[in-house]
This record gives sequence, structure tokens and C-alpha cells, in this order.
Amino acid sequence: MYAFDYHRPATVHDAQGLLKDGAKLLAGGQTLIPTMKQRLASPSAVVDLGAIGELRKIEQNGNALVIGAMATHAEVAGSKTVMSALPGLAGVPGAIGDPHVRNSGTIGGSVANNDPAADYPAAVLALGATVITSKRQIAADNFFDGLFTTVLGEDEIITALSFPLGAKFGYAKFANPASRYALVGVAVAQRGSEVRVAVTGAGSNGVFRVPAMEAALAKSFTPAAITSVKADASGLMSDIHADAAYRANLIGVMAKRAVEAAA
Amino acid sequence: MATVSMTVNGKTVTKTVDSRRLLVEFLREDLRLTGTHVGCDTSQCGACVVHVDGRAIKSCTALALSCEGKTVTTIEGLANGATLHPMQEAFREHHALQCGYCTPGMIMASVDLVQRNGPGVDEHTIRRELDGNICRCTGYHNIVKAIAAGAAAMGSVRQAAE
Ligand code: FES
Ligand code: FES
Repeated sequence: MYAFDYHRPATVHDAQGLLKDGAKLLAGGQTLIPTMKQRLASPSAVVDLGAIGELRKIEQNGNALVIGAMATHAEVAGSKTVMSALPGLAGVPGAIGDPHVRNSGTIGGSVANNDPAADYPAAVLALGATVITSKRQIAADNFFDGLFTTVLGEDEIITALSFPLGAKFGYAKFANPASRYALVGVAVAQRGSEVRVAVTGAGSNGVFRVPAMEAALAKSFTPAAITSVKADASGLMSDIHADAAYRANLIGVMAKRAVEAAA
Repeated sequence: MATVSMTVNGKTVTKTVDSRRLLVEFLREDLRLTGTHVGCDTSQCGACVVHVDGRAIKSCTALALSCEGKTVTTIEGLANGATLHPMQEAFREHHALQCGYCTPGMIMASVDLVQRNGPGVDEHTIRRELDGNICRCTGYHNIVKAIAAGAAAMGSVRQAAE
């Protein structure tokens, strides 16, 4: 690891003031710390959000489920509030990494990092969530901006994710057996007559939606409705784990499972 | 350098450390608690698992400074004097280790999984919950058996205490 200054601010406001000249936020650290250990990241300063208790809250706020950015995967997966407000969502953090990663990793960290194989971005995009930051509110459709990239400014901090209630939601993931990242993960959300399908793990530009599946599922929200809708292999990742055609096929399989699991 | 205080195995410790100090280095090198192991450089093996505020985490993937004010339990903090913790005893009884390198992390992970899933935790759940702990010797079967037995024993210890 390269040397860095360490800060542990007590408020979001203080944290924001420290975000300059190559400083990085530390949430659960499950990506940042391994990356720093390998010297692939060398922030001048680390701003640890761990002491800001208000960022851990999970609550139902009117017609939305609001999850604080520092809520861990284990806390979201085990939350009674999540189970009653949006039961399908609990399965997303419950499938991330391993138990120890889930005890440390956070929803805000996952969303801000926008790893092309992370689970949360698919759920956030399918559910049409709002990313609440220290400066503004950003609709999921405008938030993700390619590999490991979002529209967040350099001194902007995600404080919470707001998920509108009233959706039927399901997530199905084919995990890479070694890393537990999604080889392909598909999130589906049905809200009234609107259906949104978001795919992670597969796109060479990160998470994306599948309009053809959305249209078919809007007519009939059943696994059978998408049997004949083939995902397009162009623009999908090919690597030692799976080629683009394999991933394209998995999108269909996982989408059906996600529809079946939707609750 | 900065100062950090935390409670480790019941004792409050305060030390001045480099910002780069990982929790596992703090435990092993500053406190000489070498029961917690380092099996990889990539946060994948689970040999370094300890409990922080009652939850299992990888101590190689946390900064010591982030643990300010927290309560840490390592493998050295499990036994009650000369009496092994029921999970340690179950690993011994069921031959759940060969070289023993993964064992501290396995046992800390096992105690955490029983606390979350209860003393009757089934084999399928045990295997799934071991996702974050790699053993290159045993083939896992005896570890799974030991965890089931240790879970039951933890349940009866708790009952006896009530
Ligand atoms: S030493 Fe391998 S996961 Fe921590
Ligand atoms: S007993 Fe040798 S690594 Fe598990």
C-alpha cells in the first residue's frame, strides 16, 4: 500500500470538505482496500465514513424504502423493514460475496463503485431507484455511466438509496464460482403496466436494460413470455469465464428465473 | 501515524499506528496475537476472520484505524481458560483440520454462522456459509461435520446457562 492520510469525519458535511486532491471515500472497503493493497489505487487521503451513524439507517419513508449508504449487505439482507417493504430486494445483498464481505460491504460503496459485475446496480436500475447524494437526487437512469464510472462529482457523497414501493421485484444471478461476482445477474421489476429489466455482469459497458424483454413482460409477466426473446450478444463481455454468446444465453435463463422469483 | 483504541479479547488497547496498518497486522504484529492468519493477498481465503462488534469480517480487509472504539474477538479470545470453546472442541473431535492454517478463520466464521443460523443449522446452509473460507487440506467434509456438532454443542451450552 502507498502512504495516505486518514480521516474519520463525524458528519457528511465534514467528509465532503475533505474530498479533494485525490482523496477517496472508504465505505465498507471490500473493493478499495484490496485495490490499495495491490497498489492499483493510491489515494492521497482516505476519508472513512464509518463513524457517521446516520448513514446506516434503513426506513420506510412514505412511499419509498430509504436505505442509508453505509448499511451493510448483511444489514439490508436481514432487515425486517426491507422484508416488509420490498421483499425481493433482500435477496440482492444476500447473494453478494461471502458472509464476511456482507458484514463489511455497503450499498453505497457498491453503487458508487459501479463494478460491471456488481449486483446492486442491476437492482437500482430495474427498480428505478433514486440515488441521494450530499448535493442532489439522481435518477438511476442517469446515474451509471460506464465501467466503474458514475455521474458523481469528485466531492459528492452518496448518502442513501431511495426505492419507490409498490413493485414486484426479483433478482437471479449466476455467480462466478470463484469470485461470487455475477457472471450474469438479471433484475426484473413490475410496477403497474411498466416492466424494467436490468442486466449486470454481462455488458462491456456495465449495467444495461433490455427493452425487448421489458415489452414482452409488460404484456404478460410470466417466464414463458420471454422464451422467444433472445438477448443480443454484441456488446457483451467475453473472457476466460464465459464468452459473449454464453452470457447472452444466460441473460434469458436468469431473466426467467428472476420473473419466477419476483415478489 | 495516528492513535487507535479498541477492545481486543476483553482488554482495552491503545496504540499509535501507521494509517496503512491493517487490522490483521495490528493484531499479529502490534499485539502479538498470531492465531489470526494471513492466507492470501487478495481478500479471498478467510484465514484472517475475526469478530468485530460481534460480526465476522476479514481482518486483512479493514484498516486498524477504522476499528476505533470497536470490540474485537480473535481465536485467542474464544476459549475459557483451559476449556476450549465448543466449536474448537468439535474441530478437534471431528478431525476438521490437517495443517491447521485455515482453522482460526474457519472457527471464527463457524461461531458467527451458528450465532446467525442457530444450533440446528443444516448441512446445506453450513456449506453455503463457508463460501468465504478456503481450506486446501481437508476437502471440507470433516469441517462441515465439526460445525454441525459444534453448533449443537453451542446450543446446549446456552441452554445450560439459561
Ligand atoms: S488473509 Fe486471505 S482473506 Fe484475509
Ligand atoms: S487444514 Fe490446512 S488449509 Fe485447512
